[in-house]
Amino acid sequence: MPSTVSLIWLVVLLPFLGFLANGWLSFFRPDAKRLVSGIGVGVLVASFLVTLIVVSGLAGAAEGAPYIQTLWSWMPSGELQIGLSLQVDQLSAVMLLVVTGVGALIHVFSIGYMRDDDSYPRYFAFLNLFVFFMLLLVLGANFPVLFIGWEGVGLCSYLLIGYWYSEEANASAGKKAFIMNRIGDFGLLIAMFMIYRSTGSLNFVEVFASAPSAFVINGPTITLITLFLFLGCVGKSAQIPLYTWLPDAMAGPTPVSALIHAATMVTAGVYLIARTNVLYAMAPFSGAVVALTGAATALFAATIALKQWDIKKVLAYSTISQLGYMFMAVGMGAYAAGVFHLVTHAFFKALLFLGSGSVIYGLHHAYHQTHNEDDAQDMRNMGGLSRMMPWTTGVMWIATAAIAGAPFLSGFFSKDQILAVAFARGQDATVFYVIWALGAVAALLTAFYMTRLMLYTFHGLNRTGAEELQHLREAPWIMTAPLVVLAVGAFFGGLINLPHVLPGAGGLEHWLEPATEASAQYLAEVHLSAGLEWGLMGLATVIAAAGVFGAWRLLDSDSLVPASEAPEETGIQKILLRKYYVDELYDTYIVRPTAWLSQRVLWRIVDDGVIDGAAVNGLAKVTQFLGWVGTRFQTGNLGTYVILFVVGALWLLSATLR
Amino acid sequence: MLLGPALGVSAILFSIGVLGVLIRRSAIIIFMCVELMFNAVNLTFVALAQQLGPDGQVFVFFVMTVAAAEAAVGFAIIIAIYRHKETLDMQDLNLLRG
Repeated sequence: MPSTVSLIWLVVLLPFLGFLANGWLSFFRPDAKRLVSGIGVGVLVASFLVTLIVVSGLAGAAEGAPYIQTLWSWMPSGELQIGLSLQVDQLSAVMLLVVTGVGALIHVFSIGYMRDDDSYPRYFAFLNLFVFFMLLLVLGANFPVLFIGWEGVGLCSYLLIGYWYSEEANASAGKKAFIMNRIGDFGLLIAMFMIYRSTGSLNFVEVFASAPSAFVINGPTITLITLFLFLGCVGKSAQIPLYTWLPDAMAGPTPVSALIHAATMVTAGVYLIARTNVLYAMAPFSGAVVALTGAATALFAATIALKQWDIKKVLAYSTISQLGYMFMAVGMGAYAAGVFHLVTHAFFKALLFLGSGSVIYGLHHAYHQTHNEDDAQDMRNMGGLSRMMPWTTGVMWIATAAIAGAPFLSGFFSKDQILAVAFARGQDATVFYVIWALGAVAALLTAFYMTRLMLYTFHGLNRTGAEELQHLREAPWIMTAPLVVLAVGAFFGGLINLPHVLPGAGGLEHWLEPATEASAQYLAEVHLSAGLEWGLMGLATVIAAAGVFGAWRLLDSDSLVPASEAPEETGIQKILLRKYYVDELYDTYIVRPTAWLSQRVLWRIVDDGVIDGAAVNGLAKVTQFLGWVGTRFQTGNLGTYVILFVVGALWLLSATLR
Repeated sequence: MLLGPALGVSAILFSIGVLGVLIRRSAIIIFMCVELMFNAVNLTFVALAQQLGPDGQVFVFFVMTVAAAEAAVGFAIIIAIYRHKETLDMQDLNLLRG
C-alpha cells in the first residue's frame, strides 16, 4: 500500500478543525463572515484534495486488501479490542469522494445562501462537524466507530434542521428526526451485540472473515442480525415505516437539505448494507425484505410527491423514493448498482436541492424587498421563473432529466441497472418481478412529478406578483458555480458504471469488487441477455418519456393560482396532499398513546405513585411510624422506666435460671 | 452458719427497696430505697464471704465508697431539681417525655 494512503487521518481531522475554529468564532467573532467562509470551505476543499491523493494511492495499490489505520486503542477489554481505526477500501473511497466532493460544493453554495444569516459561524461550524462525523461513519474500521459517526451525523442533522430554532415548527422537526432515528439506532445496537456474540469481534475485517463459519446460511441468527441492521438503515435512510421525519427535515436551510438529507447522511443506510454485504448475502430472506421495503417505499413516496406544493417537499419525497431504489439494489445483492445509484443521486439530487435553494433565495429576496409574507417555497407562488433565472433553470432541467431517466444521463444508467437486476432475479423468484414492477411504476411517477415541479416553477405564467417580479433575479455566481459543477456530474455521472452491453462497461462494479467479492459466492449470478438488456433500456426510455409527456399534457400550469387564493383540494388529490394521513395515523395510534401512557401511567402512577410514593416516601413513612412506636416508651416518667427495667431484669433472670 | 436467714433478710430488704422505688413518688424516698438495695446486696456479699473467702468483704468496701460518692452527687441533683421546680414529686418531672 503506498504511503499516501496513510494520510487518511488528515481527511477526517480537517473538518473537525474547521468545526473547532468556526465554533470558537461563533462565540467571539460572530461578524467575521469572510474568515468563517474561508475556514468552512477551505477545510472541505483541503479534505477533498487529500481524499484525491489517498484514493489515487489506493487505486495504484497492487493488492485489493483494505488499508487499516489504528489511531489509538479505544476500548481494550479482554477479548474485545476496539481501536479508533480508519479503513480505506474501494467502498469507503467512493463514499469519501462523494462526501468531500459534493460536500465542498454545497459549502461553497452556502456562502451565498446564508449570507444574510445572523449566526453564520454557527451554521458553518455545524456543517463542518457534520462532514467530520460523516467521514468517521464511512471510514470506521469497526462497528463502534461507524456507530459514533452514525450518531454524530444524527446529532448534526438535528442541530441543522432546528437551525432556525426560534420558530417552534423547526425545533419540533429536529426533535422528530432525532427520535425517529433513535428507533433505528436501537436496531443497529442490538445487531452489534448479536454480531459480537456470534463472531467475537466487531472489526469489519474479522467479522466478515469469520462470518462463513459463524453463521448458517439463512439461519435465524444471521437473519435477525441483518434485520436489526436494516432497522437502523430504515431510520437513518427514511424508509417505510420510519420515513416521516425526512419531509419535516426540510425545515432546515436548503443547503443542509442538499448535503445531509439528500446526498450523504440518508445514504448511510445503503452504505451500511453494502459494507456488510457478506452478512446480507448469507441471509437471503433479509435481502428480500430489504428489497421489498425499498420498492414499496420508492412507489409510495413517489405518489406523495405527485401532489406536494412545497418545492422542497417534492424533492424530499423524491429522495425517499430514490433511496428506496438503492435499497432495492442492495437487498437483491446488487451492491455495485446500489452504490452507483447512491453516487449519481448525490449529484442530481444535491443539484435539485441547491437549484430549489437558488429559487427560494431569489423569491425570498424579492419578498423581502416588497414586504410580502407569502410562502417562498410554494410552487403556486412561482411560475415562469425561467426568464429571470436562466442558469438555475438550465441546470435544474439537466438534473430533472437525470432523475427522470432520460437516456445516457447518470440517473438513466443507475436506475436501469437496478431494474435490470430485479428483472433478472425474477427468473429465480417471482417476488422480484413484483419489485421490478413497483420500481418501473415509481420511475414513471418520478418523471411525472419532476416535470410537474419544473413546469410549475419555471414555466407558464408568473404568479409571484408584478412588484416582486421587478426584484427577482438570478442568484450570485458563488451559488450558480457549484450548480454548474454538479450539473456536469449529473450529466456524465453514468459513465463510471456503464451497462454490460456498452463499451467500457462496469467501471464502478469492477472497482468495488474487492469489497464485495466475499459475498459473491452466496449470490446467484445475474444472467441477462444482451437483447433483454437493450429491451429494458428501451422500456426505461419509454417510461421516462411517458412520464414527462404525461405531465406536460395533463398538467395545466396556467390555471394555477397563488397559494393564498387556491381552492380546497378534494378526493384523491387531498389524500395525496395530506400524505395519506400517515403523520395523523402515527399521531393517533403511536404518539398520543405513548404520550398518554407516559403522562397518566408512567408519570402519575409509576413515578409519582410507585417510585416517589411507595419507595421513597413509603420508606420514610415506615421509619417515622417505627420511631413513633419508640417514643411511646419515652414517657418521661421515672416510674414507667423503673417498671420496664424491673420487668426486663426479672425476665432476663428467669430466662437465665431456666 | 446463719447463711439461709442472712440471705432471706437480704432478699426482703432488696424487695422493699425495689417496691419503694416503684411505688413512692418523693425523690428522697426513692433515693433512700436505692440505698436500701445497696445494703441488701452488701449483706449478701458479707454472708457469702463467710464461705467463699474474703473477696466479698473487699467488694463491700468498694460498694460503700461508690455509694457514698453516688449519694453526694445524687443529693446535689435533688437539691438542684428542688431549686428549679419547687417539687420533688417524680410524677411532675417528665421533661424527657417522647
